[in-house]
Amino acid sequence: MVSHIKNALIAAVMAGVIIAPVFGLQIVRSGMQTHLEPEWDMVLMGMAIVFVFQAFVRPAFVKVMGRGERKFSMPVLNDTSRRAMIFLLIAIALIWPFFTGRAEVDIATLVLIYVMLGLGLNIVVGFAGLLDLGFVGFYAVGAYTYALLYHWAGWGFWEALPLAGAMAGLFGYLLGFPVLRLRGDYLAIVTLGFGEIIRLLLINLYEFTGGPDGISGIPKPTVFGMPMVRRAPEGETTFHEFMGWQFDNMDVIIYLYLMALVLALVTLFVSNRVIRMPIGRAWEALREDEIACRSLGLNPTNIKLSAFTMGATFAGFGGAFFAARQGLVNPESFTFLESALILAIVVLGGMGSQVGVILAAIVLTVLPEVAREFAEYRMMIFGLVMVVMMMWRPQGLLPMKRPHVELKQ
Amino acid sequence: MSKVLLQVSDLTMRFGGLLAVDGVQFDVHDDEVFAIIGPNGAGKTTVFNCVGGFYKPTTGVITMDGKPIHGMPSHKVAREGLVRTFQNVRLFKNLTVLENLLVAQHQHINTNLASGLLKTPAFRRSEEEALANAAKWLDFMGIREYANREAGNLAYGHQRRLEIARCMITRPRLLMLDEPAAGLNPQEKRDLQQLIDQLRREFDVAVLLIEHDMSLVMGVSDRIMVMEHGRPITTGVPDEVRTDPRVIKAYLGED
Amino acid sequence: MSEFIPQLVQQFFNGLSLGAIYALIAIGYTMVYGIIGMINFAHGEIYMIGAYVGLVTLSAIGVGTGLPVPLIILIMLIVAMLVTAVYGYAVEKVAYAPLRGGPRLVPLISAIGMSIFLQNWVAVGQGARDMAVPALVTGALQVNIGDYTITAPYSRIMIILVTVVLMFMLHMYIKHSRLGRASRACSQDLRMANLLGIDTNKIISFTFVVGAMLAAVGGVLIALAIGKLNPFIGFLAGIKAFTAAVLGGIGSIPGAMLGGVLLGLAETFAAAYISSQYKDIVAFSLLVLILLFRPTGLLGKPEVEKV
Repeated sequence: MVSHIKNALIAAVMAGVIIAPVFGLQIVRSGMQTHLEPEWDMVLMGMAIVFVFQAFVRPAFVKVMGRGERKFSMPVLNDTSRRAMIFLLIAIALIWPFFTGRAEVDIATLVLIYVMLGLGLNIVVGFAGLLDLGFVGFYAVGAYTYALLYHWAGWGFWEALPLAGAMAGLFGYLLGFPVLRLRGDYLAIVTLGFGEIIRLLLINLYEFTGGPDGISGIPKPTVFGMPMVRRAPEGETTFHEFMGWQFDNMDVIIYLYLMALVLALVTLFVSNRVIRMPIGRAWEALREDEIACRSLGLNPTNIKLSAFTMGATFAGFGGAFFAARQGLVNPESFTFLESALILAIVVLGGMGSQVGVILAAIVLTVLPEVAREFAEYRMMIFGLVMVVMMMWRPQGLLPMKRPHVELKQ
Repeated sequence: MSKVLLQVSDLTMRFGGLLAVDGVQFDVHDDEVFAIIGPNGAGKTTVFNCVGGFYKPTTGVITMDGKPIHGMPSHKVAREGLVRTFQNVRLFKNLTVLENLLVAQHQHINTNLASGLLKTPAFRRSEEEALANAAKWLDFMGIREYANREAGNLAYGHQRRLEIARCMITRPRLLMLDEPAAGLNPQEKRDLQQLIDQLRREFDVAVLLIEHDMSLVMGVSDRIMVMEHGRPITTGVPDEVRTDPRVIKAYLGED
Repeated sequence: MSEFIPQLVQQFFNGLSLGAIYALIAIGYTMVYGIIGMINFAHGEIYMIGAYVGLVTLSAIGVGTGLPVPLIILIMLIVAMLVTAVYGYAVEKVAYAPLRGGPRLVPLISAIGMSIFLQNWVAVGQGARDMAVPALVTGALQVNIGDYTITAPYSRIMIILVTVVLMFMLHMYIKHSRLGRASRACSQDLRMANLLGIDTNKIISFTFVVGAMLAAVGGVLIALAIGKLNPFIGFLAGIKAFTAAVLGGIGSIPGAMLGGVLLGLAETFAAAYISSQYKDIVAFSLLVLILLFRPTGLLGKPEVEKV
């Protein structure tokens, strides 16, 4: 008990030292001078909390230890009911936007974009075990490919979409090729470097990319070639004119959402199939033991490249859609923080678990919107959550039993 | 008529100041079981790693069926038909037993992205074949009942068998076993001896073996090379090697 | 006399003072990586916190009170070092120590989270905007070479001098003290050192603390030289310092020093002679190139993978 108290005292003092210069003494400018405004109550409160935690809460916790690690298994549904479930969920997702307001549908579209991105990174990090901290770079490539194709050649969304994915995939291949034989943490830093290089290039190649201002006026996807706008450009018919409907902005929002849903479902389908294919098994084997893989004739670089490229392609599609939704792109949207956010989605959801990634995308996108009052603290909490997750549940919130091939006896 | 499959000449491996392997020379015929023995630290596993492409030998020529493979990366060597097991079993512990065997067939399976996504008949056939092969080997090794269990959960002896099955399913020409008997009980060792012999006879594969268990080595090998301090002391048939005074000295020290 | 030589000397000086800062931060990365094989992603934030603590201390003392400037700076440095020592120790104990021994991705992600947390911890506490730092050391040494004048601001000369002194002290300490010897043993073979009775946890904490203190010095000095800071300076500085550590050979302290200087020079020369817009890309590109072609760096030993 005494040692607990002693440790707690030391911890409290340390907490005081940590809190004081940041929260305890606010630097305030007054004219040419700066002076300090002490807020000792914050410091004392922090110290007290730490003291109590270390002295009483933690030891009690340790006693009540229950480190059970149950893998969460979805209730096993047979094939018919599973298919019914999926149809039901898709039906709900399709109908729902017609019954809610604009803000909700807007957020949902953002969620779907992050689902796409999360599934893409899930393949790279969760399956192939490659820590890619520059994922945002591929996202940016996809977005800018569409933006540039529109700006310089007048392309529409649907024409640009496959190219956006292809460009991002190409970047993934070219960047991955030299880099994938590096060890885990080095790979992380190098990919981070690449992400930053892409962002810096976008800022600096002013003539080509519009520099820090970016490119604006990017059109939304058309409906079978008909733009969904209030007033059609010369010689074209808008979708609403064609249908004989009154133009309503809400329709655009819903259409965007539905298109995002389609893309997300395609992404989900591909991701789902791929992990059950030989290449998916190879990714997992590679993550487990690269040397064993090599001894069996598997080429680790090629296998990693396929994961990297596929993830990049998904990011490219997501990027193109992001450009369409925002209507503009600029380098500001593609910082390292974005990569960290997508990584957090994958990590929170349970690396390798697709359902987990989808849920995490929802949580991490909706929560900040809902908790607007805490906007200041948002990033702080975000960082803290990442640390806490690693300490408490590194497998993610919803680790699933691996989908695996079964041999019927 | 048996011909030379693997030929190793003038193999040396230097790690900084340490000369781990010095002037090793041997060959393995395509129908024989060849063992490398010697006291600990003799450089046996280093030889394996050089042959397998995990280390780049400092000097030396290694050919497989006449084709030079020294300096080739390990996965390419494996594709030449040379696979190995490891001293500490390297299974994919979190994958199932079955999946271990499926991954090993990667180079023979249809890995086309489009066919996989669309589940074309060609893809389905390839998967079924792979499953059938795996089932065959599971039966052969007597571990079929564990097919859907995580490989890490198997009993040690079964893990060893799985590792060998995983090698065999790649259809190798030369199987390299790194201390396959380590940690096995006497009955399991007898089974292993039988297994090695059976593999050699029924599956047209040569076996290169590192092992410490003398009765196993003497019982199953056609020829043996003895190493000490990175150098070969002698090479010959079991009876010769067993009675060679140099070999006895290497193991037991000066009398 | 052409402009070339004086220009060169000027850029050399600039690069040296920049490199000194990188070296100070890089040592933290290299020491930690050398012992536990982990990239301390949050290290750049410690540098930033050092700068902020320096500013707080300065504000507490008050500019223009009777105290001589060198004394003020010394106090700033000492307080910053002490506070960041606590930060370094706490971050390691809270976010890294419990995760040792698990899969490598986990502590790395924890470090990233820590980095984001600390950036915003300071942003919430002191404001996310740029904050001005009073100029304590003004004036510069002017050297005339022919028609041209080379300007060496005293604040920058101070950076170089302090860094050299600290490097020397660190070198002596690591070489001759018990703690230093134990550190070297740990960075060679952690498990063995443990088996030999060295308290590896203590050594690891020591490593984090020393790295933090050096980074803090860098933070205070650069804040004084540049005249402003914000909570996000740690990110870029951290990556560049890591590049320096890798360039010199990760795990090697002399390597970090060398790498820091080289990177500072490379970046300055690139900014002066190629384009100042792309100078950040220099660091990143250098990082990628080194890791591709010589991952062990200039002073590191090539590693052989044990099978």
